[in-house]
Amino acid sequence: MDISRRNNVNVIGNPQGPTVVLAHGFGCDQNMWRLTVPALVEEYRVVLFDYVGSGRAEPSAFSEERYASLDGYARDVVDICEALDLHEAVFVGHSVSAMIGVLAAGLAPERIGALVMVAPSPRYIDEESYRGGFSAEDIDELLGSLESNYLGWSAAMAPVIMGNAERPELGDELANSFCATDPAMARVFARATFLSDSRDDLKSVSVPTLVLECAQDVIAPREVGAFVHQAIPGSKLITLDATGHCPHLSAPEATNEALTAFLAGLR
Amino acid sequence: MCPTGQQPDPHGTSEEKTANAAFAALLEDSAEELYESAPCGYLSTLMDGTIAKINSTLLGWLGLERDAVVGRMRFTDLLTVGGKLYHETHFAPLLRMQGQIGGIALEMKQANGTRMPVLVSSVIKHGANGEPLLIRTTSFDARDRRAYEEELLRGRKVAEEARRQAEADRARLQEALAVLQQSLLPATLPPVPGVETAAHYHTASPDRLGGDFYDVFPVDDKRFAFFLGDVCGKGPQAAAVTSLTRYTLRAAALHDSDPVAALSTLNKVLHERYSGSGDPRYCTAVFGILDPDPVTGQVAVRLAAGGHPPVLVLRADGAADFLPTPGGLLVGILPDAHFVTATTVLAPGDTLLLYTDGLTEARTGQDRTDLFGDEALRAFAADHAGTSPQAVVQALIGLLHSFADGLDDDTALLALGVPALNPQTTNPS
Repeated sequence: MDISRRNNVNVIGNPQGPTVVLAHGFGCDQNMWRLTVPALVEEYRVVLFDYVGSGRAEPSAFSEERYASLDGYARDVVDICEALDLHEAVFVGHSVSAMIGVLAAGLAPERIGALVMVAPSPRYIDEESYRGGFSAEDIDELLGSLESNYLGWSAAMAPVIMGNAERPELGDELANSFCATDPAMARVFARATFLSDSRDDLKSVSVPTLVLECAQDVIAPREVGAFVHQAIPGSKLITLDATGHCPHLSAPEATNEALTAFLAGLR
Repeated sequence: MCPTGQQPDPHGTSEEKTANAAFAALLEDSAEELYESAPCGYLSTLMDGTIAKINSTLLGWLGLERDAVVGRMRFTDLLTVGGKLYHETHFAPLLRMQGQIGGIALEMKQANGTRMPVLVSSVIKHGANGEPLLIRTTSFDARDRRAYEEELLRGRKVAEEARRQAEADRARLQEALAVLQQSLLPATLPPVPGVETAAHYHTASPDRLGGDFYDVFPVDDKRFAFFLGDVCGKGPQAAAVTSLTRYTLRAAALHDSDPVAALSTLNKVLHERYSGSGDPRYCTAVFGILDPDPVTGQVAVRLAAGGHPPVLVLRADGAADFLPTPGGLLVGILPDAHFVTATTVLAPGDTLLLYTDGLTEARTGQDRTDLFGDEALRAFAADHAGTSPQAVVQALIGLLHSFADGLDDDTALLALGVPALNPQTTNPS
């Protein structure tokens, strides 16, 4: 299948500029970057996409086997890099996508030249001395929340919301469509995300890396940000004066400032 | 609304004055009073989630004091951990992107440790310059609703499981059915020295067990027995009769290979088994013996039939004629049945064709009201006389296909022939 269509890939911005790939996390889709994109398009070529199982990616491409672990999502990233023939691209990943970026950089080192990890966590569940912030029961509870919240999803609306890259205006009219996901697919992504343990992958990161954390983040608390920073040799850590797990939405100016400064330093 | 028959009085009737007084009393219910005691929870937070205002209803649900909440807690602090995760991954981003979000199912933690399901809606209040100022949130008690939804979810899971189980059961059943079906017919016909054989079974409906049968097997070191027939009805009951018939004929022939003796044995078995059952079952059948003469290459045929259409003999010279077996009774219907014997000799190039009435009773013509019939079959067979048994059966398969939906019944074909001495000269093709 055409990767561009499969992952609803959108390439915008300056065609001559360095490439920045913006990767959404678990929950919503590429619309999460709407306040980030304007800060980049003048100087950079910006690649947006939806993981299979999210947003308007092609639902028929979903396979529980492939997407049951983060490797499947990392392969989506590599597929997109290959389809666009990217070299040395900067991969900006939010939340679980930060770890997916680490895995993708390991799979295709020549494709990814730098990482920006927005509110990353390599392990959400507490284990021995490691504090991820959650217990296994907490994750079960989240899976329950997913089942009771369809967020505008119903089988009848599915064809309108998903796989309609040709007529995006249809989806825009639907409330909550940015986060509308087939509950069965959302469940698979949630399990892959919150049960993952990618701590060992951090030390293999050899590209320039920026870790952006929020001062108050329930999902990725500061001790987790510090863990990621310490585990990745030479990484830079910036703590944004922001609350919540989505600084690119709640504190867009501060996020953009940190991001563009890091990008400028790479040139 | 005005009472009928009365004109409205511009100065107000006494009834209206009373109503106005009641309405004025209602206005005494201040906005503040409504906010605090509304039958839903109200909450206002700063953009970072810090609670700035909360109504008494919600405090009551949570079992918290106002001082412990305002300025001290964030909205997410009121939620269960699963709810917090959902809030951060779905609720908060959507609220930021859309400016509002409605009807999200979350759970709040009550002071006594229990969880309270609520439906939450939020809207962002913007300042004069469009900058977001605060978040207004309403929550509704969803305890009963959630219990009902959980019941529905449980019901769906049970139905899913039942469907999966039913599919597995169906697959197993189909496999068992296929094995049973195979036991009704020989997988392949055994090689008969000096004789060529060909057979075909057409199933009218792939889901249903058929009632036609045939077989060829040795009875001693020289002779072979063959039979073909049709059990009345279809489905599992007919298949059981078919199975009984096939194995009875095989066993009977080993004991006494005389065709009349074999059919008589079958008649006794079927009659005894089914006559008193309230579900009488019977069949039509042709049973015969092939006795090849290795010296002449000819094969003597001696057969008997009960209630079955006459077999066709196709000669090497292009003739095709029925070998009549008139008066034979349906097998299994009477305690003592009479069966008619017929004989013929197959010379090189000759073929004996046995068939069931699915073939002759196929509906033909524009409106599918005519039957194909015996004479049309004889003429069709004559066109293929002198060819091999395989060629005859192949031609008949083509004929069956041409009937399309005019073919209602299962059809069995069995052709037994003596190879032509010199196929180049005797085979018209």
